[in-house]
Amino acid sequence: MSLAESVASRGTLSTYTHRKLVDRVVRGLCVLGTVIAIIPLFSVLWYVLVRGIGGINLDFFTELPKPVGEVGGGMGNAVLGTLKLVALAGLFGIPPGVLAGVYLAEFGNTKFGSAVRFAADVMSGVPSITVGLFVYSLVVVTTKHFSAMAGGIALAILMLPMVTRTTEELLKLVPESLREAALGLGVPKWRATLRIMLRTALPGIAVGIMLSVARVAGETAPLLFTAFSNRFWSTGVNEPTASLSVNIYTNAVSPYEDWHRQAWAAALVLLLTVLVLNISARFLVRTRVRAR
Amino acid sequence: MTIRADVSLVRPRPKLLRAFGREANFGDLAFRRITALVAGSVIVLLLWMAWEMGLASKLSLAHFGLGFITSTNWDPVRDQYGGLPFIYGTVVSSLVALFIAVPISIGIAIYLSELANPKLRTPMGFLVELLAAVPSVVYGLWGIFALAPWLRETVEPLLEKTLGFLPIFQGPHQGFGMLAGGIILAIMITPTISSVSREVLRAVPAALREGAIGLGATRWEVVRVAVLPYAKSGLVGAIILGLGRALGETMAITMLIGNRSEISISLFKPSYTMASVIANEFTEATGELYLSALAEVGLLLFGVTVALNIFARLLVWRVGKLPEGGRL
Repeated sequence: MSLAESVASRGTLSTYTHRKLVDRVVRGLCVLGTVIAIIPLFSVLWYVLVRGIGGINLDFFTELPKPVGEVGGGMGNAVLGTLKLVALAGLFGIPPGVLAGVYLAEFGNTKFGSAVRFAADVMSGVPSITVGLFVYSLVVVTTKHFSAMAGGIALAILMLPMVTRTTEELLKLVPESLREAALGLGVPKWRATLRIMLRTALPGIAVGIMLSVARVAGETAPLLFTAFSNRFWSTGVNEPTASLSVNIYTNAVSPYEDWHRQAWAAALVLLLTVLVLNISARFLVRTRVRAR
Repeated sequence: MTIRADVSLVRPRPKLLRAFGREANFGDLAFRRITALVAGSVIVLLLWMAWEMGLASKLSLAHFGLGFITSTNWDPVRDQYGGLPFIYGTVVSSLVALFIAVPISIGIAIYLSELANPKLRTPMGFLVELLAAVPSVVYGLWGIFALAPWLRETVEPLLEKTLGFLPIFQGPHQGFGMLAGGIILAIMITPTISSVSREVLRAVPAALREGAIGLGATRWEVVRVAVLPYAKSGLVGAIILGLGRALGETMAITMLIGNRSEISISLFKPSYTMASVIANEFTEATGELYLSALAEVGLLLFGVTVALNIFARLLVWRVGKLPEGGRL
């Protein structure tokens, strides 16, 4: 029934109360849906905090995992491995991402620009495990061994579309008058873009990059057959390396009580890192908006 | 008035550069070309992925042909590979996830964009976004030790008692299985669907809402008669994006779905998904045909998610371009 009918044809008081009632009920359902959606978030936070806090100590960050049956040990190699992988991902993913974003913001009003934008959006929807397969056949098969490098490349591919789109969006927010002022002073266009536009947008882009780092730091699927895992310290980028996320997986599906404890501790470290990055990104964005 | 570049006081551009593009000097030309090259690499990368996976699964494609997607026989010992159980598990777990997540996500989007108190809007929206920030493997860990026991002890007996006449709610209570997988997927795709839906609702012109309010509509009626019809195709796009995420999700569902390649109507029974079988078996796979079959599963997954994404993006993108009041 259209609105006009429901309002005009039955304009009695009882229909009015009926309509008010329906309005209330639907609003209530919407609130209920939101609350139901948020419950798992708090449940996850609660479980990870309560079960993980006991496993956090200095050993966790400095020791190697102990063999099955021995209590203690830590995940120092996985902490270092995750840092290494994220650093590699940033190294390979951020510069091309920013450059592609600059292109889209500056010259992107062409068919080619739309195609790139579309490809980036589609790429961000590609399952991360297929990115792992791709890097496996590209890097691991060619070099004949799993390596931190392969893992870093896989994560970089996941980062690329995120960084590209954030850079574009944020560059578009910079007022054109800044560019015009620079061009008016005789600055070539490319320098105006790099020194004025990109620089103005940089804090925002940094926040976007923080978010994409948070996202890839927790990725597991693409690492399973690229970085693989390692019970020991790995040196350099050519050896397989442990990572927090893969360790959580292998420990969680193992039958050993002590491994589960370690998995919760690792989950706590990972989750805190991700949440801190997300919340501080949020906070930085808000203070910048206020300052304007 | 026409401007004639050749009589301007500005130094005329060298002929070579004019031939190459619209840029005024070498720096600009180089800058444009370099950034274009990098931007183009995004497209190249996407095509390259498709190519590489096609190449990796060539052996299996040639060996099994179409039979790969209709056969249920996955037997690495005899080198026989049929992917139907995984396709079934992937599709059904994603449908269960959509069944749970769609009403909730659309509710969230409507609440956050149309109904919520502006003071509550930002923090609630942020909490929903944080759901997307939790790593998949952490959801899996939580699922194993919190969700699965809860399903086994409470939810599954309850479902069997009340809805047990349906074959989907019959069977042993194990916690791990299709239902657990579907629920964890629902939790993970809710932020995707709700945030895209929110954007879609935000693109609905304010004049439509004002018109409905002017006719005396309640808040819900504004949404029903003015906002939803306009946003319909975009919301479908949001749901399809969520579906794409659910299909490709790997870790959490691998940890919860039970990983048994059986086709069963019961949601309590364990199942297997395409992403899970790759995650579980790829590093241990020996033999070229085995690896190739797993790569073909990956290729299928890749193809389906890319197609869904393209379709969904087009739908979402069109809502922003609709004429006011226009419908698709």
